[in-house]
Amino acid sequence: MQAMMSNNKPHLSLWRRWNWLVWLIIVAVVYVWAIGGLQFTGLQESAGSVSKSIVHGLVNPDWKYVYNGSGEDLVSLILQTLAIAFLGTIISSLISVPFAFWAARSEKEHYRLRSGSGKVVLTLIRTFPEIVLAIMFIKAVGPGSYAGVLAVSIHSIGMLGKLFSEAIENMDRGAEEAIVSAGGNSPQVFMMATLPTIMPEFISYTLYRFEIAVRSASILGMVGAGGIGTPMIFAIQTRNWPRVGIILLGIVVMVLLIDSLSEQLRKRLI
Amino acid sequence: MTNANLPRRSWVQRWHVKGIGWTALMVLLLIGSSKMTDVNVGMFFSNLDQFADLIVRMSNPAWDYLSVIIQPLIETIQMAILGTTIGTVFAIPFALLAAGNLVHNKFLRGFDRLVLDLVRTLPDLLLAAIFVAIFGIGSTAGVITLAIFSFGMISKLFYEVIETIDMGPLEAMESVGASKITIIWYAVLPQIMNQFVSYFLYTLEINVRASTVLGYLGAGGIGVYLQRSLNEFNYGATAVIILATIVVVLIIDGISNHLRRVLL
Repeated sequence: MQAMMSNNKPHLSLWRRWNWLVWLIIVAVVYVWAIGGLQFTGLQESAGSVSKSIVHGLVNPDWKYVYNGSGEDLVSLILQTLAIAFLGTIISSLISVPFAFWAARSEKEHYRLRSGSGKVVLTLIRTFPEIVLAIMFIKAVGPGSYAGVLAVSIHSIGMLGKLFSEAIENMDRGAEEAIVSAGGNSPQVFMMATLPTIMPEFISYTLYRFEIAVRSASILGMVGAGGIGTPMIFAIQTRNWPRVGIILLGIVVMVLLIDSLSEQLRKRLI
Repeated sequence: MTNANLPRRSWVQRWHVKGIGWTALMVLLLIGSSKMTDVNVGMFFSNLDQFADLIVRMSNPAWDYLSVIIQPLIETIQMAILGTTIGTVFAIPFALLAAGNLVHNKFLRGFDRLVLDLVRTLPDLLLAAIFVAIFGIGSTAGVITLAIFSFGMISKLFYEVIETIDMGPLEAMESVGASKITIIWYAVLPQIMNQFVSYFLYTLEINVRASTVLGYLGAGGIGVYLQRSLNEFNYGATAVIILATIVVVLIIDGISNHLRRVLL
């Protein structure tokens, strides 16, 4: 019986039969290496009491900070954060369009030198840390939200350019062909067929990127690039936990509102 | 005569109210936000020499600094792996609870999703700043930051996958009276395993990127050296750190992309 059953089994090669074990060993080695390499020292003894005061501060936020008319309160700085994200995203969406056409692969291209080089440039921009960009712009224009706007506008090109170029690659060419067959020249094709076809997708991606920009604008202030991040890092450094609590609350509400607003708009677009 | 049969444009369409309204709103928002952020195009160009000086100094990378940063780069990857794993372990039960086809209790599911939505709103560097305050400077704060960050992300990706599974095997097991745990183990997991691993790798990629800057606030890894070099105006070293980080991120992306293609 036993012999018959094993005869019915399809014959697997040695690799197919044992590859799970190989993967298991690889994963085990990776984890041993990762855990062994880190030093979990430096744990402060005050961790318990600090967390307790953080929780206390989060439960009892500093409501007086919400609005006091000084321009340095929560509402003004949240608005400033949104302004940084908005302006940065708009600027970057405009700069991204030429990058996207550079990086989009077309069927005519043989060696993909053009689109390939465009993709490499976009990858490099995407990988360059946004914080470092912010610090570099602070050196150029001084600390403040202007540096944040510049950092967001440059960093977002990496992702928006990639998303835009993929939209161009996958777009419906029907409208373009129609204009060409009716005798339109290439600026006309671009204005009347290409742009209207991809515009909804471009706007949708820009909105999505705006959601991400709101999050990054709220932390860029930690290095001095304006917005809510600056009072946040001061409050953490001075252990002013009620202040941290109200700022965290403000960021959470802001992000939730922007996300749902942007989701509503994107649903209506596509 | 026949004109009466032609479709009439409504008042809103004829005067392009929507288009003009959106344009006006955008222009107002643009003006308002540039006022609020003190945008000054001239200032950027008048300080261009300082910026150019920075670029020039960064374009002369101090290559001997490479030997200093290999160890922290490795630490960064280890932090990302551990953080992603811890986050994933905690994400699995939350993802199962948030899946509409497994949990029919609307209140429980809604509460679970609310928690996940709240976790996802917090930017990674903000978490890092708080955990550095709790756990002190070092990679522990970084690992915990990455764990929470990936927990929020991965639980959403996971429950969206779970909601797309074929319910046939589940119903078959339910009809013979299998327990919930048995059903999850034999009917749910085999269907989603490959996508789970793929999303885990994707999150790992994002965490490697994130972990390179966490150290800027003291949460361990290469970011500590990034901050040090910037504070010391040692831009040659900064350039080496950024280049090395980009290389590491691209290598991890390449490995992860390859594995994901094999899996799916």
